[in-house]
Amino acid sequence: MKIHEYQAKEILREFGVATPCGIACFSIDQAVAAASKLGGSVWVVKAQIHAGGRGKGGGVKVARSLDEVRQLATAILGMTLVTHQTGAHGQVVRRLLIEQGADIKKELYIGMVVDRSNQRVCLMASSEGGMDIEQVAASMPGKIHKVLIDPLAGLTDQDADDIARKIGVAEPAVTEARILLQNLYQAFDSTDATLVEINPLILTADNHVLALDAKMNFDDNALFRHPEIAALRDLDEEDPSEIEASKHDLSYISLDGNIGCLVNGAGLAMATMDIIKLYGGSPANFLDVGGGATAEKVAEAFKLMLRNPKLQAILVNIFGGIMKCDVIAEGVVAAAREVQLSVPLVVRLEGTNVDLGKKILAESGLPIISASNMADAAEKAVTAARGI
Amino acid sequence: MAILIDQHTRVMTQGITGKTGQFHTRMCRDYANGRNCFVAGVNPKKPGEDFEGIPIYATVKEAKQASGATVSVIYVPPPFAAAAIDEAVEAELDLVICITEGIPVRDMLRTRYKMQGRKTRLIGPNCPGIITPDEIKIGIMPGHIHKKGRIGVVSRSGTLTYEAVAQLMEQGLGQSTCIGIGGDPVNGLKHLDVMQLFNDDDATDAVVMVGEIGGSDEEDCARWVKDNMRKPVVGFIAGVTAPAGKRMGHAGAIISGGKGTAQEKLAVMEECGIKVTRNPAEMGKLLKSVLR
Repeated sequence: MKIHEYQAKEILREFGVATPCGIACFSIDQAVAAASKLGGSVWVVKAQIHAGGRGKGGGVKVARSLDEVRQLATAILGMTLVTHQTGAHGQVVRRLLIEQGADIKKELYIGMVVDRSNQRVCLMASSEGGMDIEQVAASMPGKIHKVLIDPLAGLTDQDADDIARKIGVAEPAVTEARILLQNLYQAFDSTDATLVEINPLILTADNHVLALDAKMNFDDNALFRHPEIAALRDLDEEDPSEIEASKHDLSYISLDGNIGCLVNGAGLAMATMDIIKLYGGSPANFLDVGGGATAEKVAEAFKLMLRNPKLQAILVNIFGGIMKCDVIAEGVVAAAREVQLSVPLVVRLEGTNVDLGKKILAESGLPIISASNMADAAEKAVTAARGI
Repeated sequence: MAILIDQHTRVMTQGITGKTGQFHTRMCRDYANGRNCFVAGVNPKKPGEDFEGIPIYATVKEAKQASGATVSVIYVPPPFAAAAIDEAVEAELDLVICITEGIPVRDMLRTRYKMQGRKTRLIGPNCPGIITPDEIKIGIMPGHIHKKGRIGVVSRSGTLTYEAVAQLMEQGLGQSTCIGIGGDPVNGLKHLDVMQLFNDDDATDAVVMVGEIGGSDEEDCARWVKDNMRKPVVGFIAGVTAPAGKRMGHAGAIISGGKGTAQEKLAVMEECGIKVTRNPAEMGKLLKSVLR
């Protein structure tokens, strides 16, 4: 799960990570009031959306008067921000963060992720803050330093000091940087985060360290023990179809194509998308109905796919193991009747009770196109989607 | 011989009294030699009881001592599953197969840390399990689609493994052992570990390796295959069409920071001498074509 920058900063402050003073705002008047409350003469108006690259997209601006805060808040609030992470359709800005300006001497980068091959949390740090870290990794790999963190010992003083010095933290600020890094790891570990990124972490002119930006993602599987974090979910930032799917315990991702896929199992669902592409078509979604799909779940899955105005055909690919093909066939028939299916439906069944399942489809009287294997199914779905 | 398990393996079920545990223990017991293989269950609240004749013990240690089981399969719910693995490791079992889906990554990081230097091997979590056809199945895969033979199958996914098996069967090819290693980012045996076992197994002639986007396990395995494997390997990677930054069902199936793409994995596998197909309907045919 993703959260906004201002929410991440609130969490980090609870763990003792220093950030600039700031106030989250939902209207222009609130933004001006926030700036006046914060005081000072320089403020930063920051668009709050879940995607990165906000600065480049025009969503982060510096104001030097309250009038300018008002102008910028007016411009940014409600704008559709397009960044390299939002896709071409962009994301509407509904929240702002107003922060005090900071006196930046140096910009650094800090990230923490789960390193899969080493099965440890990895702290990554670089002297090249404020830039796209993937670019730094590609063009200056020597500028990225890594430490694998022992889950029982945590981030040691030695490792924290070393990495602070390696990325150019000035000597008077090393102790403060160590504490910040250790607190950051505490925050990561205690909240079941899967990613924490501070880009940039800044060194101020008077040798303090401050998290100028903050990004946190959390493990969906651990939200059951963090209700306070689950409550930060912002549905405005998510795809409506994906929200609807999660209500029915379906794993659904919207894609750009026109052939809907309904599959059991994540691997087979990806493979089904791939084979559609291979046969010249384009998948409209990823949809895994899971191992224990019922007729009701299949019906909900059909409704989800049919919300997509681009949909030209549906491909159902089920490998019945524990879940029997005749049960699935009955579910498909019931769903197709209930939703009054308006696009061609190709069904491929394999596995337990497959003959019985095919018989149910054939005798339903519905115009279901039956396929004998994955390749046949993909070919038929692609042809059907072209309307030939 | 097959790898890791055969008809002589003795298994206990952790979480035998839950709905899933009951259902699949029954299915496994009814498969091939299962009646002799599934000898114990564990539930701290129900020691002394039994599940359809399978005795239940309070702890893994007691179940091991009383029944002689050296392998465990876990259906315990996600919040408690990592602790169940820890208990099996503490009891020094040979192999633990964790079927449970949805275990927090943080729990698995600690469990894997504690497993260092211990003898226990882990398959999963979030996996279909392992089967040596016509001898024993431990997990949730449909037993009847398999047949004893000489092809090894290793995959991260469940139904895509069944798909590979069905395609092998269409070519008249049975399997030595099939393993689903699971779709989580932090797990036990990796493609590489399983490949090493297949390489040393007299009963395996060739291997189908099925991967998916995310991580670099497939690449690590491919590099090992290049230098060490004495048997043909064919492969498929799911997720060529998956967009970056989106989790495709499995917690581990995500392209992040431009890493873990299907194209990259396929390219490395090809460089390392693994025959790959981009068509998931042709895994069986491809394997048949490389048999000597």
